[in-house]
Amino acid sequence: MSSSVNVGSAQKTRIVVVGNGMVGHHFVDQLIQENAADNDTQLDIVVLSAEPRLAYDRVHLSEYFSGKTAEELAMTTPEYYQQNQVNFALSAKVVNINKLAKTVTTESGDVYEYDKLVLSTGSYPFVPPIPGNDQPHCLVYRTIEDLENITASAAVSKVGVVVGGGLLGLEAANALKEAGLQTHVVEFAPQLMAVQVDGGGGRVLRNKIEALGVQVHTQKATQSIEAGDTCRYKMCFADGEVLETDMILFSAGIRPSDALAREFDLKIGERGGIVIDDHCLTSDPDIYAIGECALWNNFIFGLVAPGYTMARAAASHIVGGELKFEGADMSTKLKLMGVEVGSIGDAHARTEGSLCYTYENQPLEVYKKIVVDAEQKKLLGAVLIGDTSDYDTLLQYALNDIELPENPESLILPAGEGNAPALGADALPDTATICSCHNVSKGDIIAAVDQGACDVGSVKGCTKAATGCGGCAALLKSVVDTELEKRGVEVKKDICEHFAYSRQEMFHLIQVGKIKTFDELLEKHGKGLGCEICKPAAGSILASVWNDFVLKPDHVSLQDTNDTYLGNMQKDGTYSIVPRIAGGEITPEKLIILGEIGRDYKLYTKITGGQRIDLFGAKVEQLPEIWEKLIAAGFETGHAYAKSLRTVKSCVGSTWCRFGVQDSVGQAIDLENRYKGLRAPHKIKFAVSGCTRECAEAQSKDIGVIATENGWNLYVCGNGGMKPRHADLFATDLDTETLVKYIDRVLMFYVRTADRLQRTSVWMENLEGGLEYLKQVVIEDSLGLGEELEAQMQNVVDTYQCEWKVAVENEQSRKRFRRFVNSDKSDLNIVFVEERDQIRPATEQEKQQLQAETADQLATEVV
Amino acid sequence: MTTQNNWVSVCSGTDLVDNSGVCALIDGKEVAIFKFKSANDEQVFAVSNWDPFGKANVLYRGLLGSVDDAKVVIAPLYKQRYCLATGTCLDDESVSLTVYPVRIEQDNVLVQVAQ
Ligand code: SRM
Ligand SMILES: Cc1cc2nc3c(=O)[nH]c(=O)nc-3n(C[C@H](O)[C@H](O)[C@H](O)COP(=O)(O)OP(=O)(O)OC[C@H]3O[C@@H](n4cnc5c(N)ncnc54)[C@H](O)[C@@H]3O)c2cc1C
Ligand code: SF4
Ligand code: FES
Repeated sequence: MSSSVNVGSAQKTRIVVVGNGMVGHHFVDQLIQENAADNDTQLDIVVLSAEPRLAYDRVHLSEYFSGKTAEELAMTTPEYYQQNQVNFALSAKVVNINKLAKTVTTESGDVYEYDKLVLSTGSYPFVPPIPGNDQPHCLVYRTIEDLENITASAAVSKVGVVVGGGLLGLEAANALKEAGLQTHVVEFAPQLMAVQVDGGGGRVLRNKIEALGVQVHTQKATQSIEAGDTCRYKMCFADGEVLETDMILFSAGIRPSDALAREFDLKIGERGGIVIDDHCLTSDPDIYAIGECALWNNFIFGLVAPGYTMARAAASHIVGGELKFEGADMSTKLKLMGVEVGSIGDAHARTEGSLCYTYENQPLEVYKKIVVDAEQKKLLGAVLIGDTSDYDTLLQYALNDIELPENPESLILPAGEGNAPALGADALPDTATICSCHNVSKGDIIAAVDQGACDVGSVKGCTKAATGCGGCAALLKSVVDTELEKRGVEVKKDICEHFAYSRQEMFHLIQVGKIKTFDELLEKHGKGLGCEICKPAAGSILASVWNDFVLKPDHVSLQDTNDTYLGNMQKDGTYSIVPRIAGGEITPEKLIILGEIGRDYKLYTKITGGQRIDLFGAKVEQLPEIWEKLIAAGFETGHAYAKSLRTVKSCVGSTWCRFGVQDSVGQAIDLENRYKGLRAPHKIKFAVSGCTRECAEAQSKDIGVIATENGWNLYVCGNGGMKPRHADLFATDLDTETLVKYIDRVLMFYVRTADRLQRTSVWMENLEGGLEYLKQVVIEDSLGLGEELEAQMQNVVDTYQCEWKVAVENEQSRKRFRRFVNSDKSDLNIVFVEERDQIRPATEQEKQQLQAETADQLATEVV
Repeated sequence: MTTQNNWVSVCSGTDLVDNSGVCALIDGKEVAIFKFKSANDEQVFAVSNWDPFGKANVLYRGLLGSVDDAKVVIAPLYKQRYCLATGTCLDDESVSLTVYPVRIEQDNVLVQVAQ
């Protein structure tokens, strides 16, 4: 092959890669592997990136808004490039190609020689030539810098408009909505996502998006952007209408970054794009183009997977391999604002003679269409809105030319008699592509399993499947599980070695089997003696279902130490004491008592992040006495140690605050008193704010309540902590009765179905159907479970008892707090020193020093 | 082996808690005593109470369980697992607890502490 590297020559081949986007990086990765695999093919790699950082995951760019950092989005690191001898320059935009001298020059004047040049310059957002489109709050959506600009602009805006209702435009609209803006989408075409979705699907999609509070304006051509009256700008449309907005985000399509190629005489397509052949070679035999800047067969591929295939083809050609780029599938499945959308192949039924089957369920807002060939033997395309559960099966029919069942419509009709079963992983041929981003076939996965990969994680590790866009994750799992099962490997979803069940299944076994103790559960359904995973899990389920006293002899051995001693163990073996201070409201009298107890027992006192007071440094044998005093003064346990309701934070609300519209403190106290003691898969936090200023930070809580003029807005499944998540708005303007009813149902449904140690935020993210599904279950009662969930909650509420009260009144459980069974001494290893007028645990060093001092002192006293 | 030979009577059998632990102070040493009890099995173990990772006297407050067939205690602070028969830490073989012989005789819990 004339253009391939002369393998074996000592001379290194120098490859210069222009652009370090997703595709450019994938290409570099291929070369690194070549270098590692074959010592003869030594390639000298130089990367020139116009951006100030190396490649990052553009596909998941929007996650930047939900808290992902630039580091987390990064696809590589400078260290990785350095270790693999990849030279790179950042903020180095290439402005000149000299094809004769075989050099490129950057903006700052640096010149680089190449043997092979690879253009992976991607594309840029198209901004329609509308007068006024260059104002400060007119932005685009492609790079991390763009996102920083959007965030800054959103912070000073109330209304935002996205121009363009395609895939990216809707994603951008979601970002604006999440940022709290009143959001509009303006689309030139008569429908949303016109490329991927047909008219019928577009209509359903629009309804769903509008139901989420985003206003959609179709068939609107913007003529100018002028100064606004109520907002910063005013968009004027061709039909005479206007729309006021504070910011505008253009997402009206992409254009290939082909300027370099254009200027330096490489062949360009009529409507742009660098023309390439199957080897990704441009019109120059030493220059390749890959990714979104390349035009193959008169087509630009605006997705990563085809770009990756191009990268592999180009790399292969450079080292004399066989791989070619022969087009790519453009099917997509995504979730936009919780709305599922899928598009496969010929979605618009443009193939001659093709026929369609359509299913639409208006009440549930589900739309499904399949396009088949004239003989009704092959699937050509599909559109799915509102429910993409059939996507994997349909895609495999389309990609692998699998013969359709007798009644093709059965593939999209709701489950019922005579339905074609979903194509299991088993039905796929070995050649079926499972992951198109990394070109992994079912055969590759089988090979990985044969070589010893025995779970999804290790198959991912060695094949890279599901590490690109992530769209194939579910299918990958089902292929791996099926293969493992065939080999007689048990596929584990077990919570631990003692129980071959998930937490949800354990819940079911306990409830249906009326099991009341761990021993009974173990005997009937488990093996061995249990462990730190299954025991507390079972303890928590038994408590949620039967709500017995946690220190009852049957349960005592189940609890993690914090539950057993009804306090959080600190690093030195002492405990913290956190009495409940519902809603953060406390009388001066009670504050004094806490102060007295803190002083008398010499405890370290601190205001917690949960609006209450924590007393630290109590020795285990002191706990019952201290709690006895607290209880006598009217306190009760705060469950700071338990996987249960922690605090309901409040703001001062309408009683005092000039802006408050409801009594947020009263509501917080009522809610805290209702749900205190509820044992759950993880801890639960609430907050209630008195108006939209949100001083109680309710939107960062599992359950957030914000007062409105007409009642309460309910937010669910928020989280602070390690991975913050804003709570989703669940229902608006509720009266207190309905509010409590919904919270009962949401929480009990969570308690029943979540995994062990899964906060509501993660539970929601894994819940099939997401927020919409939860609304159906809770508000529409689609499972008919509503009353049962409420009754179960009422039972927990009615049987509440303060654990500390029971514990101090019971001789047997008080005995648990004896430090030694045979002595009244204390633990000598617990040593405090003073800091800022309070105690703190001594460090190891301080302990040694203190010991030495006392020894000295004793010695002098003796003398 | 005789009953006198370093065997110390620590407490009564009823002071122990089924499937959980208590702590005894013997010759200035903190000893954690655990009792496993199921329908057809009863077994008592004694090990040093010092948590080598947490650097605190807390092991008696750990959960009991099993790993394969070995009976274990799980450290309450950072969850390392120790085989009670051998004292070995299953999560770091270089660390182990002192194991003390223990038995129950006429409702007396006896522990043998070497001199
Ligand atoms: C005491 C306190 C810090 C303080 O001095 O302010 C605290 C202390 C602890 N937190 Fe916290 N958290 C405290 C408020 C918070 C908050 C703020 C809040 O509640 O508004 C958060 C973020 C909000 C949230 O949870 O969404 C918080 C997020 C965490 C997390 C991360 C949870 C997550 O989902 O990412 C953990 C770890 C865990 O639970 O697995 C944690 C775990 C802990 C533990 C239990 C760690 C441990 O095992 O020792 C600490 C012991 C508490 C003790 O000894 O009493 N703590 N912790 C706060 C007690 C509040 C209370 O009155 O009950
Ligand atoms: C918000 C968003 C969501 C998306 N979601 C999906 C999705 O769900 N699925 C999917 O398949 N695809 C998605 N895409 C598309 C996907 O990101 C692109 O297909 C992919 O990034 C293309 O990679 P690339 O390397 O060709 O181009 P790019 O990633 O654009 O990289 C090109 C790089 O070259 C640099 N460059 C340009 N000119 C020069 C020059 N002269 N000198 C030096 N450097 C230069 C650019 O600055 C850029 O860094 C999404 C895109 C966006 C913006
Ligand atoms: S949230 Fe509203 S009512 Fe509450 S303190 Fe803030 S401004 Fe006042
Ligand atoms: S298809 Fe994108 S990761 Fe597999």
